[in-house]
Amino acid sequence: MADKKWLPRWFFQLASPRWCYQFTGRLLPWFLLSTLVLLTVGTVWALLFAPADYQQGNSFRIIYLHVPSAILAQSAYMLMAVAGAIGLIWKMKVADMVLKSAAPIGASMAVLALATGAIWGKPTWGSWWVWDARLTSMLILLFLYLGVMALNSAIENESTAAQASAVLALVGVVNIPIIKYSVDWWNTLHQPATFKLTEKPAMPPEMWLPLLVMVIGFYCFFAVSLMQRLRNEIIWRERRAGWVRELLIKQ
Amino acid sequence: MSFNTVSEFLAMGGHGLYVWLSYGLGAVLIAANLIVPKLSRNRLLAEQKRRLRREETA
Repeated sequence: MADKKWLPRWFFQLASPRWCYQFTGRLLPWFLLSTLVLLTVGTVWALLFAPADYQQGNSFRIIYLHVPSAILAQSAYMLMAVAGAIGLIWKMKVADMVLKSAAPIGASMAVLALATGAIWGKPTWGSWWVWDARLTSMLILLFLYLGVMALNSAIENESTAAQASAVLALVGVVNIPIIKYSVDWWNTLHQPATFKLTEKPAMPPEMWLPLLVMVIGFYCFFAVSLMQRLRNEIIWRERRAGWVRELLIKQ
Repeated sequence: MSFNTVSEFLAMGGHGLYVWLSYGLGAVLIAANLIVPKLSRNRLLAEQKRRLRREETA
């Protein structure tokens, strides 16, 4: 293959389901440990030690779930679209499996972001829901996830399902910048971004440090859940392969 | 610490319902996303082991 000259070796190793299974097996315990530590520390910090907001009081503590789940819902979508593109271009089976595995996690994070937003909105804005650009584009993100999941369960043939969901995931990427800039482009009740790469956060460190811990914890959680699902998918699709047979006998 | 007593902590300054509802849902969703794949792994491995044994005896 001519591609081999400019793409790094690990890219092709990733294409091997067996290599992927073994590699994620080594990573999994460390990510699980990090997830448990970070989420426990972050939650205790958020609920007990972070100061209450001077306007919103203690309902402000919902931010420690709302922002990480919203960030993760969008990152998971980006990963899903990248995996979809790789699957379409290089016909890489592992990429198809990553796309399929990321969808349910992303969907539940979109649900969490929307639900915590609604619960937070009630005491803060006086309403559970407003048809505002940020909220609507986030709801569309949830529907895109549900669409990918529906395609995967409705289409029997694995490679057809992968192609269809990759196309949907790629078309839906247009929604990501809309979510991001919705608070700048339209008048909205929703507050602007909490974290920006270019500026210091508007909150004091005792408020945003626990948030940072939660965001990193959520990413680790995503990695764990994704690897678990991916490994199941690999075993299922490679169940006739010799190495899976050996693995089952050894168990 | 932001709270002096346990009841103050549970009340969350009158926003207890909203805060605990959010954290409860968050805990359920995160736990589900870790436990469900683990259970399906156990089921998958058991099924495949059964299939192997069937094929060996046949």
